[in-house]
Amino acid sequence: MTMAPTKYLHIDRISKTFTNGSKVTEVLQDIRLTIDKGEFVSIIGHSGCGKSTLLNLIAGLTDVTTGALKLEGREVNAPGPERAVVFQNHSLLPWLTVYDNVKLAVSKVFSGTKTRAERHDWIMQNLDLVQMIHAADKRPGEISGGMRQRVGIARALSMEPKVLLLDEPFGALDALTRAHLQDAVMDIHARLGNTMIMITHDVDEAVLLADRIVMMTNGPAATIGEVLEVAIPRPRDRIALASHPDYVRAREAVLRFLYERHRFVEAAE
Amino acid sequence: MSVVVLKKTPAPAKHPPAQVVPLPVAAKSGQWAQKSLAWIVSSVLPPLVVLFVLLAIWQIAFSGPDAGLPTPTKVWAESSELILDPFFVYGSQDIGLGWRVLTSLERVAYGFGLAAVAGVLMGAVIGQSALMMRGFDPIFQVLRTVPPLAWLPISLAAFMDSRPSAIFVIFITAIWPIIINTAAGVRAIPQDYRNVAAVLRLNQIEFFWKIMVPSAAPYIFSGLRIGVGLSWLAIVAAEMLTGGVGIGFFIWDAWNSSRLTDIIVALIYIGVTGFVLDRLVGWIGSVVSRGTAS
Ligand SMILES: Nc1ncnc2c1ncn2[C@@H]1O[C@H](COP(=O)(O)OP(=O)(O)O)[C@@H](O)[C@H]1O
Ligand SMILES: [Mg+2]
Repeated sequence: MTMAPTKYLHIDRISKTFTNGSKVTEVLQDIRLTIDKGEFVSIIGHSGCGKSTLLNLIAGLTDVTTGALKLEGREVNAPGPERAVVFQNHSLLPWLTVYDNVKLAVSKVFSGTKTRAERHDWIMQNLDLVQMIHAADKRPGEISGGMRQRVGIARALSMEPKVLLLDEPFGALDALTRAHLQDAVMDIHARLGNTMIMITHDVDEAVLLADRIVMMTNGPAATIGEVLEVAIPRPRDRIALASHPDYVRAREAVLRFLYERHRFVEAAE
Repeated sequence: MSVVVLKKTPAPAKHPPAQVVPLPVAAKSGQWAQKSLAWIVSSVLPPLVVLFVLLAIWQIAFSGPDAGLPTPTKVWAESSELILDPFFVYGSQDIGLGWRVLTSLERVAYGFGLAAVAGVLMGAVIGQSALMMRGFDPIFQVLRTVPPLAWLPISLAAFMDSRPSAIFVIFITAIWPIIINTAAGVRAIPQDYRNVAAVLRLNQIEFFWKIMVPSAAPYIFSGLRIGVGLSWLAIVAAEMLTGGVGIGFFIWDAWNSSRLTDIIVALIYIGVTGFVLDRLVGWIGSVVSRGTAS
């Protein structure tokens, strides 16, 4: 694969402080990260350290306090479909069918550029990508949690985002379903070559999926503690990988970071 | 819009064990007959029995020679025509109670329709901001308790004309619970849905129709349901102003000419109509918001 231009997504000395009345919480501090086009980055860190906050900053759902965020050289300061988000709890609209949930996104994003028929094909293509065509007419309440996450991914992909942001998308799923969906995400990444940023608290997931693992220190005022390159060639196979020396080494490095150097201490607020 | 087929599995609570047929040999049609019989016995019979007992007590209580109110048999004797033929027309002022109810319903449709549109829009705006909510909510909570009759003089003073005043009385009586409930529903829209809307860059109008209305539908419809009840309650007050042929004015007129039995029949018409309106809005609400609860 040819190397894309660097500084595709540039996170430049970002900090985030929440002010709630007189209560001021500095959540993130001095975050610097540059992500290449087509790269898969995992962000890992203990619960409450500010991973979702960082993702929301990239999505534009939250404003940065200081610093700047640039995608393709252009400043990010509002949410938009070119930075689609797969939310932790799927957040599908329960009154719409699976098809109509994806359609909501497609109609909005491609209203001027695709005809009706093309939009329909595009919706079906994205549902097919996550193998959810069979449930197109079901409502979110009628399908399993894993299926809902698939639809959430299809909805995000259907926006043809420059960067796909995933906030612990499989956190609430059982191990088998999670493995299936990880394979699906790897497959999609291989086929479409999207830039993906995925938050996780699962070390295996991070190592399996990512080109780089961004490890965050504990809050308050969390920052990036270490960035680990995972140079395992793709396609990656979870079974073959289990004993792969690079995999074992990467896994150990992350575990050491999380449990030796930045042990999770229950915040004594 | 595609038509959605709901495949809800029936709730087990619909088949309480008490309805299980004790005879294992019973044929299918026999079971069906027994079930509908059980339904009649459990749901239709009790209100009928209570009604009969109440009528009997009423009959006995007002049978004396100087009783203030007519007995049920007297109502029947003097006003049975009103009950039996709701749609007679003997003259422009002498028409069946069915026609009168329809006239009143038209008036309520204007007042309530306006209240529904204005209430939902105002609720949507106010619910968007916690500050506005804090500012407006106590005021609405006070205004909501003002009875319809109390709005009459204010309404007349403001409009100087009886027709818009009557509709305004209905409007102003019905609007508060619609605003309050819509605003509460908008406040309760999950942040997730707002995030989805933000990522998709939905504009205000798209957000209103695609996120706000469906998400807040259960709240909005419970407001509309209270509102339709209140606007029907206001009909007598409103028609005291307008005169004419409405059911509300009929009561006012019958009172002025001491036709007590007619008033009693009209009360029954009003009650049944109000009940139907309430159920109708409730039913529309449950159809519209069936997806939101899951
Ligand atoms: N809107 C907010 N206002 C105040 N504090 C917040 C807000 N959002 C998040 N925080 C705080 O920021 C910290 C990080 O939260 P979050 O990013 O959700 O962590 P993570 O996703 O890593 O578990 C938490 O301590 C949380 O209480
Ligand atoms: Mg989080």
